[in-house]
Amino acid sequence: MKRTDRIAQPWGTRTPYPAGGQWPVRVDTHLEDGLDPGEVDRWVQTASILHSNGDALDIAVKDGRIAGVRGRAVDRVNRGRLGPKDLYGWQANSSPDRLTVPLIREGGKLVETDWDTAMDRVAGRTRELLAEQGASAIGFYTTGQLFAEEYYTLGILAHGGLGTNHVDGNTRLCTATAAAALKESFACDGQPGSYTDVDHADVIALYGHNMAETQTVLWARILDRLAGPNPPAIICVDPRATPVARAATVHLAPRPGTNVALMNGLLHEIIANDWVDHGYIEAHTVGFEDLVQQVKDYPPETVATICDVPADRIREAARLIGGAERLLSTVLQGFYQSNQATAAAVQVNNINIVRGMLGKPGCGILQMNGQPTAQNTREAGGDGDLPAFRNWSNDAHVQDLARVWNVDPMSIPHMSPPTHVMQMMRYAEEGSIRMLWVNGTNPAVSLPELGRVRSILSQERLFLVVQDIFLSETAQLADVVLPAATWGEKTGTFTNVDRTVHLSEKAVEPPGQARADLDIFLDYARRMDLKDKDGQPLVKWHDAESAFEAWKECTRGRPCDYTGLSYAKLRGGSGIQWPCNEDNPDGTERLYVDGKFWSAPDYCESYGRDLVTGAPMQAPEYKALNPEGRAIIRAAEYVPPHELPSEDFPFQLTTGRTLYQFHTRTKTGRALQLQAAAPEVWVEMSAADAGTYALAEGDLAEVTTPRGKVRAQVRVSGIRDGVLFLPFHYGYWDTPAGHEPDGAGRAANELTITDWDAASKQPLFKTAAARIRKVSGGEGPSKAPTNTASAPVSPIGWSTHGSPGSEADEDFSVTGGEA
Amino acid sequence: MKIGLALEELHRAENDLAQELLQVSERHKADHEIYHLGRDLAGWSHRHIRQIAEIGRNYGLDLDPEPESESAWAERIREKGAELLGRRSHAALLLLRDLREIYMKAAGVSADWDLLGQAAQGIKHTDLLDVAQRCHPDTLRQMHWAHAKLKEEATQILIS
Repeated sequence: MKRTDRIAQPWGTRTPYPAGGQWPVRVDTHLEDGLDPGEVDRWVQTASILHSNGDALDIAVKDGRIAGVRGRAVDRVNRGRLGPKDLYGWQANSSPDRLTVPLIREGGKLVETDWDTAMDRVAGRTRELLAEQGASAIGFYTTGQLFAEEYYTLGILAHGGLGTNHVDGNTRLCTATAAAALKESFACDGQPGSYTDVDHADVIALYGHNMAETQTVLWARILDRLAGPNPPAIICVDPRATPVARAATVHLAPRPGTNVALMNGLLHEIIANDWVDHGYIEAHTVGFEDLVQQVKDYPPETVATICDVPADRIREAARLIGGAERLLSTVLQGFYQSNQATAAAVQVNNINIVRGMLGKPGCGILQMNGQPTAQNTREAGGDGDLPAFRNWSNDAHVQDLARVWNVDPMSIPHMSPPTHVMQMMRYAEEGSIRMLWVNGTNPAVSLPELGRVRSILSQERLFLVVQDIFLSETAQLADVVLPAATWGEKTGTFTNVDRTVHLSEKAVEPPGQARADLDIFLDYARRMDLKDKDGQPLVKWHDAESAFEAWKECTRGRPCDYTGLSYAKLRGGSGIQWPCNEDNPDGTERLYVDGKFWSAPDYCESYGRDLVTGAPMQAPEYKALNPEGRAIIRAAEYVPPHELPSEDFPFQLTTGRTLYQFHTRTKTGRALQLQAAAPEVWVEMSAADAGTYALAEGDLAEVTTPRGKVRAQVRVSGIRDGVLFLPFHYGYWDTPAGHEPDGAGRAANELTITDWDAASKQPLFKTAAARIRKVSGGEGPSKAPTNTASAPVSPIGWSTHGSPGSEADEDFSVTGGEA
Repeated sequence: MKIGLALEELHRAENDLAQELLQVSERHKADHEIYHLGRDLAGWSHRHIRQIAEIGRNYGLDLDPEPESESAWAERIREKGAELLGRRSHAALLLLRDLREIYMKAAGVSADWDLLGQAAQGIKHTDLLDVAQRCHPDTLRQMHWAHAKLKEEATQILIS
C-alpha cells in the first residue's frame, strides 16, 4: 500500500510488465477525508463517467452519500487503476448548487415549479408544433454521458414516435469522426482493436491523441510497458509537447490542418518500400490501387514543405511503422477536430489495413472516443443514426427496425442522413426548428463561434428545453429546465472505446426532485401518448433493466450484439466486450479476425461518403465497389484548411483539453482538487513566438480571431512555433455574468470558426487564424498545469500538486481476476 | 474534326460552373457547408480550366487558363447581404434553386467530358484522354455533392 499525490502524479506508480505479459493489478482508492475503508456501508459497482476509458470502479456509500471510489481489480480495462478525474470527480454529485427542482421561464425569469407543470409545458409545446408544422420543428441534442438505455429510449421516441430526423449528440464534437472513419474503412462502426493490444504491440502510433491526458489509465498501461522488458516504440503526431510526445521514439509536430498530407507521406514511404502485406490486400481489401496512385504525389520532401516537419523524421516514423510486427494505432481530437478529419483518420486505418495488422494480438486500431458513453450514443441512436448500426439508406434495415418497434416503416424518417447538430443550429437560426431539447450537454460553451450560438439559443421564437444536473450556461437560456439524476444516482449500462460494456448501479438517491434521464423520457412518451401501429404504447419498458432487455432485442444479429449480456451477467465480474451472443458468450476481444468484415452490401451500416464533399455513396455504387464485403481502402488528396494565417491573423489557434478538467467543467470545476489543478484559462505559445511578440510567462494576453476575443495568461510551452493553444473548458457559469462574457471572453469557442468535416460533420476546433497581443504584465506565472502538455519550457517556481490529505491509496497486493 | 469546338464549349461550361459555385457559396454564407464546399469545389473547376487551356493549344485554341472572375468588391457586398438574409426563410427556398442549378450545370460539364473522352478514344489522342480521365471524376463528385445536398435540404425546406 502506498499513498500517492495523484494530482502531482496523474498516472500513479509504475507496475512494469513485459511484451505479452499480463498487466499487474494496482487498486486505487480515494475516500473522503478521515473515512476508513472498513467504515464504508456499501460498495456499488460502476465505471468512470468523466472520460471514455471505461475504468471500472466501486462507489463507497456512507450514510446514504457517495464518500469515495475504489478501482475494480477484476476488470479487464483498468485492473484496479483510476485516473485523477475518477478519484476526485465524484464530489461534484453532492455539490450544493445541483438542480433539484424543475424551472420554467415566467416573465423572462426562470422560476421553480413542479414536474407536472414543467412536463406539460414541454409536451404541450410539442403538440402545438406537431399540429402547426410537423416533426420537422423539433430537434433533440443529447450527450455522451447518458446510459445506453436512455439513448435507446430517446431514439425510439424521437424517430419512431414523433418522426423527427433532427437527433444528434454532443458526441458529434468528440467522436463523430471515429464512427465516420470506421464506416468508411469497414462500412460499419465498431472498434477493431482492444486495450489488450497495448500488452502485445511492438510499435504504438498515437495520431493527434494526447492519451496521457484524455485516457490516463490506458496511458499508465503504456508507461508500464515502457518501464518493462522489450518496450514498444512510440510514435506521436501532435503540435504540442504532450507527455506522449515526450515519451515518443519519434515525434512529428505538423502544422495544424495538414494531417492528410502527413499521412499520405507516411503511406508513400510504406508503399514505396513495399512494407505492405500483399497477400492480405489481395484477399481482404478493395481500393489499394487508388491509394498507390494518390500517395505518389506525396514524397517526404513535398510533405515536409506542407507540414513543416523534417523529411527525415517522416522517413524515420514510416520505417518504424513499416517494420512493426504488431502495430497498434490510436487516433483522437488532433485528427477528429482538425481539417479533413475523416480523410486523415481513414489514412490511419489504411496503414493497418495495408500492413495486414488487424484482428491479431497487438495489431489493432483504436479510433478513440472523447466521452464515457459516446459509443452508446452511436449504437443506440442518440446521434441520429438508426439503432444497432442499421443502415438508414437500406430499406430492408428500416423495415427491420420498424418490425422491432412495431411501427410503420414510413414513420421512421430515413429520406436523408440524420440532421447533425450544426445543421440543427442552422435550422433553428432560420426558424424552421422551433423546439430544441438539450440534455446533458452545454452547447453555449462547447460549440464553435459562441456569439452565434448564443444568438440562436436565446431567440424568442425557439422553445429551449434543457435537462441537466447544474444550471449550465445553456440552461440559463432555457424556457424549461429539467433537473436530472446522474451517475451513481441511477442504473444503466455503458460501453467504452474498446466495446467493453459495464453496468453502473444506483448507489444513492438523487438530490431533491431530480429524476433519472430515462424516467424523464418515459414520462414524456406517456404524456405524448406515443403509440405503436397496434395502438399499444410505443415505449414498452418502464425501468432501466426492462429498457436494456428491449435494447438487446434490437441488437440481435447486428454487429453490436448485446443478446448474450444481462444485468446479472455484468454484476460482480469484469466488463464484457460486445458482440456478446450465443456464439460469443464471453464477448469478443478483437473484431475482423481472419479478414472477415461486416461490410457486405446488405449487412453494412454505411455505404460511405465522399471524403471531401461528404456526399453519401449510393447502394449500387457501393455494391459495385465492394460486392464481397471486404475492407475498403479509401484514398484522399490533401486540401488546405479554409482559414489560413494572414498578415492580420498570423497564428493558427487550436483548442483542446487538460487532464484535470472535463468538457465545460460542470463536474470537474466543482471537484476541489481538480479545479485547483487547472483553475483558470491560459494560452500557450512557443518561446520563439513569445520572444517575437514580447510576451512572457504569466502576461495577460488577448487572442483575437474574426469571431471574437479571449483574454488569458500566457504559458510559454513546448508547442510548435506559429500555433496558439487554448483549453476549451472555461465558460462563464462561475463568473458574475453567468452565461456570457462580461467584457473580454474566456471561452475558447468565442474564437473558433463555424466549419465542419463534410464526411463526419464534426466541427473543426483546430484550425482558426488568430492574433495575440499583450494586455498587461503578469503578477506571476500562469496557473496552467505543469505536468501535462502545458508544462512550462523553463522553471516557474512551482509545480502542479494536490493538497495534503487528498492523496490516493495504491494497493499492489491484490491479485486480479481474468486477463 | 470538331474537338476544338467541344473544348471551347467545355471551357465555357467549366467557367460557368465555377462561377455558379462561387456565387452560390457567397449567397449562402450562413449555410456554412455550402459556403466552404462551394469554394473548394469551384477550385476543382479552376484546375480543369487550366488543363483545358493547356490541351487546347494542341488544337490551335487560345483559351484563357485563368478562370473568369468578378471583382472582389461585388463578392463582399453579396456576402454581407447573405449574412443578413440568412435569417429569413425564403433564403432556404433560394438554396434549393441554387443547388439544383449547380447540379444541372455539373451534369452538363459531365456530358461534355464524356463527349471529349469518346472523341479522344476514337482519334487515339492519349493526352486529351488523360485530361478527360483525370478531370471527369471531379465533375461527377461536384454533381453528386449538389444532388446529395439537394436531397438533404429538400425535406426541411419544403415541409416547414
